[in-house]
Amino acid sequence: MSHPQTVDYQTNPSLYKHWKLSFDGAIATLAADFDENGGLKPGYKLKLNSYDLGVDIELNDAINRIRFEHPEVRTVVITSAKDKVFCSGANIYMLGTSSHGWKVNFCKFTNETRNGLEDSSKYSGLKFLAAVNGACAGGGYELALACDEIILVDDRSSAVSLPEVPLLGVLPGTGGLTRVTDKRHVRHDLADIFCTTTEGVRGKKAKDWRLVDEIAKPAVFAATVKKRALELAEKSDRPADAKGVALTPLQRTVAADSLAYGHVRVDIDRAKRLATFVVKAPTAPVQAEIAAIEAAGADWYPLALARELEDAILSMRTNELDIGTWILRTEGDAAQVLAIDAVLVAHKNHWLVRETIGLLRRTLSRLDVSSRSLFALIDQGSCFAGTFLELALACDRSYQLALPDTPERAPKITVSDTNFGFYPMATGQSRLQRRFYDEAPALDAVRARAGQALDADAAFALGLVTSNPDDIDWTDEIRIALEERAAMSPDALTGMEANLRFNGPENMFTRVFGRLTAWQNWIFQRPNAVGEKGALKVFGKGDKAQFDWNRV
Amino acid sequence: MSINYSEKIPNNVNLSEDRTLQRALEGWQPSSLNWRDDMGPVGSTNMDVYLRTAVSVDPQGWAQFGHVKMPDYRWGIFLNPGDAERKIHFGDHLGEKAWQDVPGEYRANLRRIIVTQGDTEPASVEQQRHLGLTAPSQYDLRNLFQVNVEEGRHLWAMVYLLHKHFGRDGREEAEALLERRSGQEDNPRILEAFNEKTPDWLSFFMFTYFTDRDGKFQLCALAESAFDPLARTTKFMLTEEAHHMFVGESGVSRVVQRTCQMMNELKTDDPKKLRAAGVIDLPTLQRYLNFHFSVTVDLFGADESSNAATFYSTGLKGRYEEGKRTDDHQLRGQSYKILQVANGTLSEKEVPMLNALNEVLRDDYIKDSVAGVERWNKVIDKAGIPFRLKVPHKAFHRNIGALKGIKVSPDGRVVSEAEWNAKIGEWLPTAEDRAYVQSLMGRVVEPGKFANWIAPPVMGINRQPVDFEYVRFN
Repeated sequence: MSHPQTVDYQTNPSLYKHWKLSFDGAIATLAADFDENGGLKPGYKLKLNSYDLGVDIELNDAINRIRFEHPEVRTVVITSAKDKVFCSGANIYMLGTSSHGWKVNFCKFTNETRNGLEDSSKYSGLKFLAAVNGACAGGGYELALACDEIILVDDRSSAVSLPEVPLLGVLPGTGGLTRVTDKRHVRHDLADIFCTTTEGVRGKKAKDWRLVDEIAKPAVFAATVKKRALELAEKSDRPADAKGVALTPLQRTVAADSLAYGHVRVDIDRAKRLATFVVKAPTAPVQAEIAAIEAAGADWYPLALARELEDAILSMRTNELDIGTWILRTEGDAAQVLAIDAVLVAHKNHWLVRETIGLLRRTLSRLDVSSRSLFALIDQGSCFAGTFLELALACDRSYQLALPDTPERAPKITVSDTNFGFYPMATGQSRLQRRFYDEAPALDAVRARAGQALDADAAFALGLVTSNPDDIDWTDEIRIALEERAAMSPDALTGMEANLRFNGPENMFTRVFGRLTAWQNWIFQRPNAVGEKGALKVFGKGDKAQFDWNRV
Repeated sequence: MSINYSEKIPNNVNLSEDRTLQRALEGWQPSSLNWRDDMGPVGSTNMDVYLRTAVSVDPQGWAQFGHVKMPDYRWGIFLNPGDAERKIHFGDHLGEKAWQDVPGEYRANLRRIIVTQGDTEPASVEQQRHLGLTAPSQYDLRNLFQVNVEEGRHLWAMVYLLHKHFGRDGREEAEALLERRSGQEDNPRILEAFNEKTPDWLSFFMFTYFTDRDGKFQLCALAESAFDPLARTTKFMLTEEAHHMFVGESGVSRVVQRTCQMMNELKTDDPKKLRAAGVIDLPTLQRYLNFHFSVTVDLFGADESSNAATFYSTGLKGRYEEGKRTDDHQLRGQSYKILQVANGTLSEKEVPMLNALNEVLRDDYIKDSVAGVERWNKVIDKAGIPFRLKVPHKAFHRNIGALKGIKVSPDGRVVSEAEWNAKIGEWLPTAEDRAYVQSLMGRVVEPGKFANWIAPPVMGINRQPVDFEYVRFN
């Protein structure tokens, strides 16, 4: 895109400035060696392995490459290539000089990356081991927390810490508080001490308090890490002899008001502050046999689609802040989409198909947490079936065109097996379960019509779409709904949408996002953090923060 | 069902080629006929009534006279001719092009304004549906029916906007307009004055004079709207509303004239004697006036209103004669005086003009209604009788806004509960007054004959003689 602040989420190892990726059989090592002068924006140095969005874009890319290009890898060791420091978290000067919107988007993406580690561990047997070989603070510890296990070097100085509250007057932004309790079950009063202690906790106490799984003296640290990495690898079913799929550069055309990929296109209407995402079905059957799928590699439609859609979402989220409404459309033959679903279901245990499903799952989850109004338009030529139907189910509202006079031309939606739990949301529920509060009568009624093409009235009757305007009403109904939406407060909409989308059970992931939006959005905006004398602003300047002492 | 649209429904909105409207009307028209059968004028079905029908908006077309069976009256849909270049002339959108479509941002407020206006139209027909049985003359019966069919047409005009511009929501609201019923406990009309009874012809004349005049002012304010279809349809409605007010003003005037005539004949102003002679004494007329005036000024809404400010600033509803005013048409930082009660007396307080726009419209209305009352006083003067009808103070008998429930006399004094209770029978119609007026009601059917309590008009309708057969009862 034309303007200079545009962020590009595409990279590859030859361009990495911050991470060193190496492979040794079943073990991959990601070593943090952040380039001080390699910040995404000017104005701060990434000292002491502190990170910004650019660092995390590389991390996300590296994890994806391990997933797809290195099926033989079963354990990823995350460690530091720097002396005495593992990672000191998000760069404070970057935070202090960034807009609120930037900080929130940054936290969202870093959260998604960390949740992605746990997602891969759970669904595809890719294990993560944090080899904490130096000081590990804030976001650094949060990255470690997202790994399956943490080994801390016991060198009498390296500590894990969450110094956000005492030092910066904010909260850990990537799930630190939540994982300390929900995942690691650190007793809440010990967590209280931990989270208010600038220097953190080290050595045996760190292990006793469950902040880390293991400690190891410097002399045995490497061996301990390797041993444990291999043990973790044994729990994995990733194939030793499979051939990876190269994630070739995305074919992407970026124009002033559009993003175009092979299967995804985004058009921006700046006056109306909305963007239309069009997802196109394949025009020919996708490769259905494993050999052909492997041969197709990154060009295999489901994988290509997931990568394109992910890039489009991330790009629109970061670079087009005032485009507040996203319209989701599909184009093509529903039969081709359902054929894809059949292939995904048939080969879901094959490592490459499994990774592809995982990327689709995480990409759809990105939609759920996107702070944009999402409207699906199910009109003529669309193919909201199965996996594509998830796009509509992810939306805040969906409109399906009814054509009572020409029913043969009416757009249809089709529910397939993939809509029943193939792409769980962060809540662990399918979007259908979320939609119907897991109530059996509604879900059974939908299941009974699975595989059938449902016109607007049928879909509406089942509760699968929000509205079923006919061709006479369609244009005005949509126009007015979009205009009405665009006129409302973007903050209130973000809060409302998140509330309504995450209506189901709470779990660690929803709590990470929910707390981020509810608490951090507030704390990050308060003068105690970002006022002239706010803690985040004065950090490192020798000034003491001045607080408004009133509790709210 | 299929309808020959241009034949059945005179219109200038290209109905025969508008599928949106056709489809909406196919559903709504049968309901509308059912409503008319249920709630239209009682016993009118077989009569041939000399009605004015609008078949187009040009000078020849908007007033076509002829005898029509009530069920065959054609409710047309008309917009005043449009100006493609029309600009919004007030509020935040000042200078922008007028809207031909509803902006999504204002959908809810516009719909509410149109529904509220639309709801009054069938409501008054419901309120008046029994009056045909007691009409004081054929001439008056014809006028009643003319008012009724035109209120029906105004309902169509509002329904047109809902159908054309508000999609499914609009169709549902249009249906609901036919489902509400004046005075019904469970599903009443929206505005309180439209749930009151119109039990007799004096009430009818007062209603058409005062309450239809509220309609005029509301329509005038809407005729300024940035939403051009609303502006154009209300402009055309105003041409018909004028007749309704004429019915009210001339009706009351004829009652006054007949009473004065009897006062002079009997040389008395004693209500008892006058009642014995079968006319309505002037103090009773004053009490009816007090009632209808006060109930009607409530219709303008609260004296301080955030809705009024929003409707104005967003361009949905202007002021009366907005286009003729010479201020900045945005009104920020300006103020207006409204009434309040402090320390037991009425006083004025300044509030932001934008919030006071209901009061501004109410005051414009009051000025306008006083003029007609003065014309009634000329009739009294001419008869040489020392009595003046007066509109009561605007704080009298109010039931909305800051003055709600405050006891104020018709001359504007805050009075005690005791004084209020002692004087209420002098200020508002009593049950006895109403029973007396009711006792005068009886149908007069012979052409050219009039009930004893009302004078004949000076001239007939459409230059027809007064004794013209306006209604053929068949």
